[in-house]
Amino acid sequence: MEVLVQLYTAILSLIPFEPVRNAINMLVPTLAIASMVLGIVFILIWWERRLIAFVQARLGPNRLGPGGIFQSFADALKVMLKEDIVTADADVILFTIAPILVFVPGLLVYSLVPVGNGMIVSNVNVAIFLFLAISSITTLGILMAGWSSNNKYSLMGGIRAVAQAISYEIPLLLSIVGVIMLAGSLSMVDIVQSQNVWNIVRQPLGFIIFFICSLSEVNRIPFDLPEAESELVSGYNTEYSGFKFAMFFLAEYINTFTLGALCTTLFFGGWRFPFDNLLGDIGLQLTAQLGIVWFILKTMFFFSVVVWIRGTLPRVRTDQLMAFAWKYLLPAALLNIFVTSIFAAIGFGVFSR
Amino acid sequence: MAANTIFFMIFSLVAIISGFVMITRRHPLSAALSLVVTFISLAGLYGLLAAKLLFIIQILVYAGAIMTLVIFSIMLLNVQEEDLPAEERIIERVSITTLILLPMIYIIGRSFTVIKDGQFPEVSQDFGTIHSVGMFLFTTYSFPFEVISILLLISLLGVVVLAKRRI
Repeated sequence: MEVLVQLYTAILSLIPFEPVRNAINMLVPTLAIASMVLGIVFILIWWERRLIAFVQARLGPNRLGPGGIFQSFADALKVMLKEDIVTADADVILFTIAPILVFVPGLLVYSLVPVGNGMIVSNVNVAIFLFLAISSITTLGILMAGWSSNNKYSLMGGIRAVAQAISYEIPLLLSIVGVIMLAGSLSMVDIVQSQNVWNIVRQPLGFIIFFICSLSEVNRIPFDLPEAESELVSGYNTEYSGFKFAMFFLAEYINTFTLGALCTTLFFGGWRFPFDNLLGDIGLQLTAQLGIVWFILKTMFFFSVVVWIRGTLPRVRTDQLMAFAWKYLLPAALLNIFVTSIFAAIGFGVFSR
Repeated sequence: MAANTIFFMIFSLVAIISGFVMITRRHPLSAALSLVVTFISLAGLYGLLAAKLLFIIQILVYAGAIMTLVIFSIMLLNVQEEDLPAEERIIERVSITTLILLPMIYIIGRSFTVIKDGQFPEVSQDFGTIHSVGMFLFTTYSFPFEVISILLLISLLGVVVLAKRRI
């Protein structure tokens, strides 16, 4: 894969004018990562349906194409042909902006994730912060969707989504601090490169807090109260149909994939092959050449874990949800920061930089 | 014209227009949403100064957290058109406020004539980056920083105590 990057750099250097070169250098990686993510999302939808069917002893979609892999393409085609209904009392402008505000940040954050060795759209030195800032805009979109629909179920769904997102964002941010301290940098590339020992070994508590909080942030079971179908029809996207609904739907899968990507980058060595520094030359070559493969495999693993959790656990109650975030996760995250900073200061064992 | 100037104009125009929309909208939710747009365009201005941390904080804290809370409370109260107070004698009020603010307009007008181009030094290379802000917070301003954090902690505890009190 490094060959691809080298080829791209070589072709780029042939272009004479610098502004044109810069413009192309901005466009090509962005389009590449956006199409990669959107392509993967179609596979994810099929994979989730097959896996959840396996958990529940069913078959799932298996008719269209080998193993039913084209099912999600057929669904996408169907949803585009559907009528786009706007309810009579809805606030039309906000109703239209809301799905865009949910969808765009989800895709935008992939410009900050290193998917392979040297394969990153923009290596910002405060990438993690920027990542969280961009994804916090999504909450506004959900609020807008809930309010502008002018429907009590949508409104309740929106309110639940925001209360949940605000509560779980605090332990989420705090659980990353340990990783940042060990890497000594906020850049995603530096964090991956600092993981000669994967961060899961050094930050087990941080990982558990991070995983629970991000599950809640992306509204997946067992934290899917904003779209609890037995209470709120479909939550904040009840009134949406056609392509606007598809945008919410795609955003949910993109966000779940982002969850996996962040877990991989922060705690499981990003694009690096397992124990590549111990395997010597072979390990380093595997990391350098096939980085994107390991990245996607690890991310798919975490996506599958999320689906497995969906198939296993029931939904939590609202009061349990809030108490869990404030009474258990927040103190645990603070404890994690405290212990990590002591170990990092002493430089004990695997904690040494 | 440099790309920076064009972006500066776009962001400041959007900030001014959405600020105006914010004070003229009748419904609180529309006002709050225009305030979000103002905050995001201000973040864009910070971005033009290459102040990455300020840009992120502006989006994460103001647009992301504070405005979400404001909109959340507006939604929770579910304010309808008939709940809003009637705004009487709007023209008199606006004209009296304008009269009071007239000296301000004079000062702003003078600042255009007094300040000439090139009188301001350029911001330093590490303005608003994470390193410089961190150095300021933990060396020069470490005492106020700690005092503010204790103040915030006290207010946080105060809210919990007041809200949990059995009446």
